[in-house]
Amino acid sequence: MLRLVNVNSHYGLVRVLKNVSMHVGQGEIVTLIGANGAGKTTTLRTISGLHPVKAGRIYFQDRDITGWPAERLVELGIAHVPEGRQIFSPMSVNDNLELGGHLVYKHYGKKRLKSEIDQMLDLFPVLGQRRPQYAGTLSGGEQQMLAIAMALMSGPRMLLLDEPSMGLAPMIIRDIFARIARLQQERKLTVLLIEQNAKAALNISDRGYVMETGRILLEEEAGALLANPEVKRAYLGRDQREVWE
Amino acid sequence: MTYWNEQIECMDRETLSQVQLEGLQATLNRVYKNVRHYRKLFREIDFMPEDLTSLDMLQQLPLLTRRDLSRNYPYDMFAVPLREVVRLHTTAFNFEQPVVIGFTANDMANWAELTARNLAGIGVTREDVVQIALNFGIMSGPFGIQLGAEAIGASVIPISAGKLREQVKIMRDFKTSVLISTPTVALGLINAMAELDMDPHGMALKYGIFGAEPWAEKTRQEIESRLFISASDTYGLTEVFGPGVAWECPAKKGLHIAEDHFIAEVIDPATGEVLPPGEEGELVITTIGKEAFPLIRFRTGDLTRMDNTQCACGRTHCRISRLFKRCDDVLVVRGTSVTPDQIGRILARVSGEEPRFQIVVDREESKDQLVVVIEATDTYFFDEMKKQRRFVEHLHREISEFMGWEVNIRLVEPGTFDPYQKVVDNRRFE
Repeated sequence: MLRLVNVNSHYGLVRVLKNVSMHVGQGEIVTLIGANGAGKTTTLRTISGLHPVKAGRIYFQDRDITGWPAERLVELGIAHVPEGRQIFSPMSVNDNLELGGHLVYKHYGKKRLKSEIDQMLDLFPVLGQRRPQYAGTLSGGEQQMLAIAMALMSGPRMLLLDEPSMGLAPMIIRDIFARIARLQQERKLTVLLIEQNAKAALNISDRGYVMETGRILLEEEAGALLANPEVKRAYLGRDQREVWE
Repeated sequence: MTYWNEQIECMDRETLSQVQLEGLQATLNRVYKNVRHYRKLFREIDFMPEDLTSLDMLQQLPLLTRRDLSRNYPYDMFAVPLREVVRLHTTAFNFEQPVVIGFTANDMANWAELTARNLAGIGVTREDVVQIALNFGIMSGPFGIQLGAEAIGASVIPISAGKLREQVKIMRDFKTSVLISTPTVALGLINAMAELDMDPHGMALKYGIFGAEPWAEKTRQEIESRLFISASDTYGLTEVFGPGVAWECPAKKGLHIAEDHFIAEVIDPATGEVLPPGEEGELVITTIGKEAFPLIRFRTGDLTRMDNTQCACGRTHCRISRLFKRCDDVLVVRGTSVTPDQIGRILARVSGEEPRFQIVVDREESKDQLVVVIEATDTYFFDEMKKQRRFVEHLHREISEFMGWEVNIRLVEPGTFDPYQKVVDNRRFE
């Protein structure tokens, strides 16, 4: 479904992504894990057109989308939920959802937009209760759900999620991940996920890539990555006392 | 047609090359970070793994030999700390400095997957009883087959090779349906059946996978017609997992290489140049899924031809022709490997000087026989009969012990053979 071939990205003169190749199959949940500064967010931003591709190619459903502007990619069906719950705080939950559905409004009109919002509120009942409230007054978990709901409003085929668990309590994280897994099953969504909380992410994933300083170091089934001692030590926060000989 | 993992075995070529590129890039990044040997090698040619953008660029990298591996004996080629290694094997090559191969838990899982594909490919199911008549310990092969058979859910009899008469009885009583062995052992079992007056028709045998040594089509016909089974070839080497690297599908038109785990090339052994499909050359393997012991462009020493055409079985992975010959002086006899150098060193150790000698391999009664022919010089010839006999016995014992089975020694007059031709292989495979 999504295929990256030798993608390079720069911040100024610094080469951040060094020939990154990866793929996400139809209906798969794939997790990209790695330490801070490994280039995970850059990878996601490069896919969704927020960051220019210096070299290499990106294919989405066998179509070359390298260098496409972000808005066209959204129309094509790639939705990006950025890091840090970027919602519009001074606006109400309802307005936020309407904004997320601007494409629905553009193509199908108001009626369809309304039904889409209702569907979202079905999916995230908490948001229904908070509908008239300012988005900024929501709790962290609710804000994250709103961010995901906004992305889903554009009716994407693929969801790019950047650290959905950031700054959330463990119980809420579990809830969010359960929802992501359900979304994938119910809506046949394909998901590319970045996570610091690698364990929770890998638990719902099919496969995973390990990234380090802009390079892919490992590609494995999610279960194998979870069992991999080095991954455990480096990214899952266990066995910290052990040292590399 | 049965597949173990249809999605991968029949993957379209485009997706497969994406998988290979990803695997290769990740493997190169990992070995550059964790293995000193590769880091040094890559720096010498000014190559950064992150600069690799296509599978073709692999051809620019230096080749890896068995010598490189033994030079880094024991653990220097490992890409993970020993703590993460759950299994250690050593090669069938009895070099003075052997090679140690490590497996992580995930490598073991992958190995099981690879051999399961092989077994399922020829028709093995969970209903089958698999008799593994290969030497456990000396070879890594039986362990891999066992993993794969257990992954399928078949019942495994890890019986090892030897005590053939007892094995035949077990084969009959346990209702063995799949035999895994070397062709030599298979023929030995057939003879044992004849000696015991047992009818192969009364056996439950259906399939056989044979490997670890080269075997001719004639041998296949003999095994198939006398055991009433379908016999398939398998290829693997301990450095690269063992069995599961390449194997024959029921079409029996070459061996499929598991291309999601290995990148295979065929090179001219003299120049190192990559040859086009169809031409005979040395098989070179790059692993793209191994964690503990990754190999980049490893020279196997085996001669083969590459076939990229679509196979009748539906698998998209490329095929190599059956392997009969080697391009180095390594002899593969009865599943063990030996070089003239090694024999020479033993002779030198016993007598104090390396004589002129020749190794002759014959196939007698479908069993490989090895004869070391030695030129009788002063150091090797004694006037006293008793002394002479004791000396030859000593040689015979030393070499047989090294090989693990009976080797014949023959002293001849100078000039009876060409001393520059160290190996004479009288077996006919093709």
